Amino acid sequence: MILTKTIPDFSTPVHVDQVGIEERASRFTKRSIKNETKINGLMLALNMIDLTTLEGKDTEGKVKQLCYKAQHLHDAYPGLPTVAAICVYPSMVKTAKTALGNSGIKVASVATAFPSGQAPRDIKIRDTKFAVQNGADEVDMVISRGKFLEGEYNFVFDEIAAIKEACGEARLKVILETGELVTYDKVRKASDIAMYAGADFIKTSTGKISPAATMPVTLVMLEAIRDFYYKTGKKIAMKPAGGISKSKLALHYLVMLNETLGEGWMNNEWFRFGASSLANDILMQLMKQKTGVYQSANYFTID
Amino acid sequence: MAKALVEKKRLEVLKTYKIYIGGQFPRTESGRYYMATNSKGEYLANVCLGSRKDFRDAVVAARNAFGGWSGRAAFNRGQILYRIAEMLEGRKAQFIDELTRQDSNKVQAEKEVNLCIDRLIYYSGWCDKFQQLYSSVNPVASSHFNFSVPEPTGVVAAIAPQNDSLLGLVSVIAPIIAGGNTGIVLASATKPLCAVTFAEVLNSSDLPGGVVNILTGKVAELVTFFADHMDVNATVFCESDAATQKMIKEKSALNVKRVVLYDKVKWADETGQSPYFIMDFQEIKTTWHPIENIGGAKAGY
Amino acid sequence: MAKVAKKNTLKLKFDSARNLAPAPESKRAAKIDPQYDLFINGKFEKPVSKKYFATINPATEEKLSMIAEANTADVNKAVKSARTAYDKTWKKMPPAERAKYIYRIARMIQERAREFAIIETLDGGKPIRESRDFDVPTAANHFFYYAGWADKLEYAFPNRKTEPLGVAGQIIPWNFPLLMAAWKIAPALACGNTVVLKPAENTSLTALKLAEIIQEADLPPGVVNIITGAGATGAAIVNHADINKIAFTGSTEVGKIIQRAIAGTNKKATLELGGKAANIIFDDAPLDQAVEGVINGIFFNQGHVCCAGSRLYVQESVFAAVVRKLKDRLETLIVGDPMDKNTDIGAINSKAQLDIINKYIKIGQQEGAEMYQSSCAIPKKGFYCRPTIFTNVAQSNRIAQEEIFGPVLAIQSFRTDDEVIEKANNSPYGLSAGVWTDKGSKIFNLTTKLRAGVIWANTFNKFDPTSPFGGYKESGYGREGGLHGLSAYINLIK
Repeated sequence: MILTKTIPDFSTPVHVDQVGIEERASRFTKRSIKNETKINGLMLALNMIDLTTLEGKDTEGKVKQLCYKAQHLHDAYPGLPTVAAICVYPSMVKTAKTALGNSGIKVASVATAFPSGQAPRDIKIRDTKFAVQNGADEVDMVISRGKFLEGEYNFVFDEIAAIKEACGEARLKVILETGELVTYDKVRKASDIAMYAGADFIKTSTGKISPAATMPVTLVMLEAIRDFYYKTGKKIAMKPAGGISKSKLALHYLVMLNETLGEGWMNNEWFRFGASSLANDILMQLMKQKTGVYQSANYFTID
Repeated sequence: MAKALVEKKRLEVLKTYKIYIGGQFPRTESGRYYMATNSKGEYLANVCLGSRKDFRDAVVAARNAFGGWSGRAAFNRGQILYRIAEMLEGRKAQFIDELTRQDSNKVQAEKEVNLCIDRLIYYSGWCDKFQQLYSSVNPVASSHFNFSVPEPTGVVAAIAPQNDSLLGLVSVIAPIIAGGNTGIVLASATKPLCAVTFAEVLNSSDLPGGVVNILTGKVAELVTFFADHMDVNATVFCESDAATQKMIKEKSALNVKRVVLYDKVKWADETGQSPYFIMDFQEIKTTWHPIENIGGAKAGY
Repeated sequence: MAKVAKKNTLKLKFDSARNLAPAPESKRAAKIDPQYDLFINGKFEKPVSKKYFATINPATEEKLSMIAEANTADVNKAVKSARTAYDKTWKKMPPAERAKYIYRIARMIQERAREFAIIETLDGGKPIRESRDFDVPTAANHFFYYAGWADKLEYAFPNRKTEPLGVAGQIIPWNFPLLMAAWKIAPALACGNTVVLKPAENTSLTALKLAEIIQEADLPPGVVNIITGAGATGAAIVNHADINKIAFTGSTEVGKIIQRAIAGTNKKATLELGGKAANIIFDDAPLDQAVEGVINGIFFNQGHVCCAGSRLYVQESVFAAVVRKLKDRLETLIVGDPMDKNTDIGAINSKAQLDIINKYIKIGQQEGAEMYQSSCAIPKKGFYCRPTIFTNVAQSNRIAQEEIFGPVLAIQSFRTDDEVIEKANNSPYGLSAGVWTDKGSKIFNLTTKLRAGVIWANTFNKFDPTSPFGGYKESGYGREGGLHGLSAYINLIK
């Protein structure tokens, strides 16, 4: 097979069988993850979290507290990894950057008129540049779903390429908002467009609508990444966001990742969880493994 | 003193007879009641006098439940109907007691309950089989794959046979839900007790809320709404009163409801159950799809 | 910035995906007696032959139990008991009551599901995940489905009344021991027949546990008799004069022996024999799901499946992509202890079968086909085979024609629709086939033209009690499952 740099024609139909992909996804949930595999998996999942706050009522105080939590997940358990990143609105990037200091935790910012993406291009570019100038290491953009559903694939492609340029050194995550695309065929097509246009990550959802991330939708995107890798040699990272609040589910995702893309993707440079309450559930599971007793939420801080 | 307390007769806790809507047991929103009595005029219970608003709420519940219930695997519906039979078998004594209080005798009552349990099992078995009898692949002349399948009609509003307390009710409900429909049933006005207790059986059977809703009240007051509600797909009436039958047919024309009249059915014998009762609430859907014709046209084998 | 490789030597690494911490199912939930007798007339009886043979766990080669070996005298007892039960009890019982017994069996299997799954895995080598999630629930569902037909037979055949055949002699194989017992017993009972069933000698335990349930369900004695033994016991059943019907699932070779043996008698028969199913991937197929279907089709149950998709035809334009995806998926399959919940491919059922599979792998290499096997580790003890695919295969290769009954896939390319239809049909077998394409009209073209009893379009290895299963040509005749499955156990009268 010859590696390609040419951009495919996005109007060609894409084939994903819904029943088949859902069956494969459910097979991953049958894996029984125990003992050292479980502990390693939980630690890895913790280290892959983009701890997120994206609310209209966010303030400096809230973001500072979240950043503290990110660095002190559960001091009662020594040797815990930190989360991968904090994810906030552009207006909070500076606060987060300062609060995180040199902890190694990245600052990711949503941008491009998140979550709807219904705004002119120059505003989206300004939104992006503002976040980057304030110190964002990563930018989470949204695609124009309306344009995509109208069949304006070139528009969607160009927009992503323009935002990628505006990112400079920051890594670009492209949110497809799979819940609005509805079918797996469309998710696969949107994934391909995003990767060819320059995405560093492809991401499922904004987390603002339901359904957000699901295992089958994530699997479709992982398979897109695999095909892209074999075609171009370039690795693309992946982030499911929203709806992953339980450790067991996070472990299923890691099994899926491990069996689809393999060891090369099993770290936080190439995979993230967009989640807010997952961290505490993982901590509870880790404490249970350590102490042998089931835990209560009272003992884990909420920030 | 203590000895006297022990010897005194224990006071029975009386049951409140409520209606069953959306998997819950509310009282009638109208707050009204009527006294159920046996043929000697003896008091049985205060029973909800259901209103048109109760019916309205029940239709909403049935409609909400329809997508989920019709979307389940037929096998799953069969398992649930079997579970209803299991629950009814477990409560046999309670039903025999209620039937005897409503003018049956012990032998007749036990026969009636046994028949209801067996009838539920009968319909449980049909859930994933009637489709095989009444579907077809149609050998159309053009190069198309053409198939016809039965699909549930939707929400069915049924007035249960008024002369018995349990058998008619079960015989009407079972084929409706076996076929994937949801329903609202108005119990016998003179013998309403078993209908309410049967709601408890349904409630403990893994049957999703809203699939069957059971109301008590007066037929004359509610029958018009059973016939003219625009979101009901079929109406069932089991009495032979010609004027009411005519009224139902006329009102049903408003939204072209299917009208099903069971006044001649003898529920107690074996003609009281058959897959045709299921088919009374099925629509037939036919689908076409082209068949390409490439290759393999030679000797075949 | 990511580096772009110049030549495509890209390979994904899946070693850690296979190396999960052990997740063993506990044997404690299952009770296996040190010795089992024959189940005749509602009781466990010592064999007249006085002989027993060992049954082992193919994953560890340890002995599990001693199984009775029925001789001709034992077979006579069983058939007599079945006949008496038929004449005096079962034939006369109201169908709705018959149904209730069968429903009981279904519910009781569900209650004891975990125990059955463990024993099935220990006795036969299939992964516990499969026994638990597929074999046992499907077996229970089969009883549940057919229970419902018992009192509805008057609807099943237009313009005909039905009567049972009498006593059915049933012989089942070792690949789905409990499920095959369900497929045989359930419709037979529902239609009013009584049964003498012989499980495969390698895998008798779950049938014997089923006998325990039959006792608990209070089924009248003699309605179901379960007698164990090997080929000689099977022959004694086939040749018994008082059996009205033979139902056999097994190899085509033995199927032909049976067909000859009953020639000239009035015995009815249904045979479910071998296969060499073609799985066909077109260029517009959903490729990842097709690959998943192919993997399930040939590696599920270690390839011990009569309808296994053992021949793969891939349209040439997507051949390289499909093979690459197959190889990647192969690398994530976990071969190992069947009692580990993560095992995908368990033990080969017996040493004899492993020898046959290895023989064919050698033949494939000698024929010039290119072999690729997963790089996974396999246990040192027990009978194991790595999942294997062959490319550079021609239609005339033995590995593309003969049934291997193991985790070995032979892959060929094709160019056009008519070519692949001809090649798929070009086999003495005709049990099943698979078609992968996104185009509806193409699906119906293929399903119309392929000469096989079960066609899976955009899926594979799907089974349901309502769906008839059976073959064309040397894959046998008669159908099991669904409305059509009733025909095997009734006489139609006007």
